[in-house]
Amino acid sequence: MNTKGRYGEFGGQYVPETVMNAVNELEAAYNKYKDDPDFEHDLEVMYRDYANRPSPLYFAKRATEKIGGAKIYIKREDLNHTGAHKINNVLGQLLLAKRMGKKRIIAETGAGQHGVATATVCALMGLECCVYMGAEDTKRQSLNVYRMELLGAKVVAVESGTATLKDAINEAMRDWCTNIDTTFYCIGSVMGPHPYPEMVRDFQKIIGKEIRLQIMEKEGRLPDAVVACVGGGSNAMGAFYDFIPDKSVRLIGAEAAGRGIDTAETAATLSKGSLGIFHGMKSIFLQDNYGQIAPVYSISAGLDYPGIGPEHANLWKTGRGEYVPVTDEEAVQAFEFLSAAEGIIPAIESAHAMSAAMKLAKTMSKDQIIVVNLSGRGDKDVYSIARYRGVEVKN
Amino acid sequence: MNRIDKCFADLKAQGKKAVITFITAGDPDMATTEKTALEMFDKGADIIELGVPFSDPIAEGVTIQKSSLRSLQGGTTLDKIFDCVVNIRRQTDKPLILMMYLNTIFVYGTDKFFAACAEKGVDGVIVPDMPYEEREEILPVAEKYGIHNINLVSPASGERIKTIAGDSAGFLYCVSTNGVTGVRSEYKTDFDEFFRLIGESAKCPYCVGFGISSPEQAKKMSAYCDGVIVGSAIVRIMEAEGVNAPEKVGAFVASLKEAVN
Repeated sequence: MNTKGRYGEFGGQYVPETVMNAVNELEAAYNKYKDDPDFEHDLEVMYRDYANRPSPLYFAKRATEKIGGAKIYIKREDLNHTGAHKINNVLGQLLLAKRMGKKRIIAETGAGQHGVATATVCALMGLECCVYMGAEDTKRQSLNVYRMELLGAKVVAVESGTATLKDAINEAMRDWCTNIDTTFYCIGSVMGPHPYPEMVRDFQKIIGKEIRLQIMEKEGRLPDAVVACVGGGSNAMGAFYDFIPDKSVRLIGAEAAGRGIDTAETAATLSKGSLGIFHGMKSIFLQDNYGQIAPVYSISAGLDYPGIGPEHANLWKTGRGEYVPVTDEEAVQAFEFLSAAEGIIPAIESAHAMSAAMKLAKTMSKDQIIVVNLSGRGDKDVYSIARYRGVEVKN
Repeated sequence: MNRIDKCFADLKAQGKKAVITFITAGDPDMATTEKTALEMFDKGADIIELGVPFSDPIAEGVTIQKSSLRSLQGGTTLDKIFDCVVNIRRQTDKPLILMMYLNTIFVYGTDKFFAACAEKGVDGVIVPDMPYEEREEILPVAEKYGIHNINLVSPASGERIKTIAGDSAGFLYCVSTNGVTGVRSEYKTDFDEFFRLIGESAKCPYCVGFGISSPEQAKKMSAYCDGVIVGSAIVRIMEAEGVNAPEKVGAFVASLKEAVN
């Protein structure tokens, strides 16, 4: 078996022959530059001066008191430029693309956060940008579509399949096959063929490294749990990675259960999925008995993906990571709770993590510590939450 | 002897080129697939590829994407396709290949899948999302049951052509142009160079596919290799004619056969 990019039995490089040389070229470039002092320096400067890193670790005192249990700290990835953790990865990949001499960038996006981050950095670096987005998602997140266009990107609404994130990835893969000589595919999560899961995790692991320094400074000890939402899993992998060797730190991923894991309208991959090979990787997927990928549903466009990154699948399989389903209703309640309790409107994706943390905190003592990775801000979601609650909001 | 090997040996003895045709199994229904396949064989197709529809066919252009969707909406499953293969096999001894995505094999169970191929009469598989590096996923099992795993190379393969072309079974699938399946009016590929590299390394027949839509294109492209593969152009006829397609598809296949020989 190909041992490249494996996490236990998960991972690999299951892509069409046409893109294999590009995948190998990317891997070689990444290995060349990842420890290169100039590259590291450029990335650090961009993180600090452009993306607003380090992001604060904030003690949510009022939320902690209201919940009544473990201390809740919030890692404020929502305060990054473009409003989510996605910028960390895009800065890394596009600095790499520049060094590889690529001029055209393609990306997929679900909620639009990765698309916006890619369009932003393409504008900054003078690169051509094309973002694939499921047609359903362009409706749910029309503001982000306009935002990407303002930034100079072309946004392609993908009508095929379920017209959501997985279909956007399919179409981006097709584009990549067709324009392989000129195009760099900037994948937005810890998924796809090797080296993407590793590379994207490496560009996101700054989150966990900062959490460690910040919590040591504030509390003088490591947290008892780090909680993050998981679609493909990039913000969670970024938050978890630095803590994997620290067995006292529980790593908890919140999956989107949609209307519930006992319904078909769910995106809770690890709760309901099975082993498969799709989108370049062997991992866990929501699929039927014949391996047809299942339509998935979540209120969150960023989490309704039928698979999960291979490193998460391995953390789950080995028991190092714990993964819990959170329903739409629970996420919306957490969205409302955090908004009112702390004046922080979280992305609906991140509200899934908040909900899992709220449940967990109640079972823990007051001297214990939970860090919630608040992966994005919720401005983009206000309209859909209003609609969910049956409130009419007029422009 | 595998039917694909026998087919190419016979063609070589006659100094002829292969016409390999593709339809999506179950589009618009299984009965039409069976009828169309037999009609294509009757009108000169040497090998038929049956596409196993997948929910997310990343290597396909719009024509085959839509065809796959029609098939899946009609309730096509791998087991029904095997039933169809059995029906076709009762009436012909010509080679049948399944073109499919790796997850379909993997989830069905790799051993169970290739055992069924051998039992029902499938001679080879083409798996567009399994690159050479991941071939161990199926190759030992395919070989155990005498089923050929047909490798693909594309213009983007470059130096990889040497390794891959030297190690295919049945034939080598040469993707004419970087991209997905579908009808094309022109190519950017330098065919002289592409097929020179392939010819130097190939240890089995090699055929070209992706974008071939007319007898004229088939004739031109067949000059470079041992045969042509035509898919989307036939699927378009299936789309337009539905259950009435077999006759028109047959006539089109006859025109391809005439053009390449």
